[in-house]
Amino acid sequence: MPLVASLLAGLVFGLGLLISGMADPAKVIGFLDLAGLWDPSLAFVMAGAVAVGLAAFAFAGKRTVSVLGEPMQLPTARRIDRRLIGGGVLFGIGWGIAGFCPGPALTALGMGEPQAFVFVLAMLAGMGLFEWLERPRTGRVIDGIIRP
Amino acid sequence: MRIDWTAFSPWPALAGGVLIGIAAAMFALLNGRIAGISGVLGGLFRPVAGDIGWRIAFLLGLIGAPLVYRLFATLPRIRVDAGYVALIAAGLLVGLGTRYGSGCTSGHGVCGLSRLSPRSFAATAAFMGAGFATVFLIRHLLRL
Repeated sequence: MPLVASLLAGLVFGLGLLISGMADPAKVIGFLDLAGLWDPSLAFVMAGAVAVGLAAFAFAGKRTVSVLGEPMQLPTARRIDRRLIGGGVLFGIGWGIAGFCPGPALTALGMGEPQAFVFVLAMLAGMGLFEWLERPRTGRVIDGIIRP
Repeated sequence: MRIDWTAFSPWPALAGGVLIGIAAAMFALLNGRIAGISGVLGGLFRPVAGDIGWRIAFLLGLIGAPLVYRLFATLPRIRVDAGYVALIAAGLLVGLGTRYGSGCTSGHGVCGLSRLSPRSFAATAAFMGAGFATVFLIRHLLRL
């Protein structure tokens, strides 16, 4: 049952991206281009999503288990540090270059767009690079095995 | 500031936004999780038993959305102006940045702002600011 709910949530999310215009990089760039001909549409996407989200998370925040009995795993981190801001800035630069952020890129991939395919491959490589840079460094590799 | 009235589409934007909000609400209330795409995808790089299926299911829904959409209507056309070199650079930055920043437009933007999280407000300000600055640089200073 949680798997079905997960699939449905992903599906509704993707439909929202398609209907709203978020899945179209040209529209995203039109929103980010304040100094050019500005298309404010995407502010309405955020407004619609957050309006629903505010009510949902106010309710979800009080629960310890989900409606389906799953443990609530909402974030607890509160620190605002260099990693958070630096990561956000790197992401924003990439977003501004191509007009793709992770969700819309995956939905555009489902549309069979070759450019989305290339972007997603590079994004996966970027995530892999993060894992490599942040790999545990405490152990020493002896005979190909990390020993503490 | 000049508004692009021909491209401006407040109603589909609002309706799509509400759907995105409903999806995030479903995921939080039914699965107890944050619908943050970079986090859902990134978690697969360090797979933990029992923590894989829901990620795959969510991503399949997201990728499969155009197939379902096509059953009812013609898919909207999308346009990607970036060339392949730019797409690769952008993808690397988005992958790396969203993992270091612990989230993207969905996790920090939609869910974080809805949770009134100061951390997500800061992250959203960082990536929106960088997005605005990057487009200004590319379109108006470098004129690429």
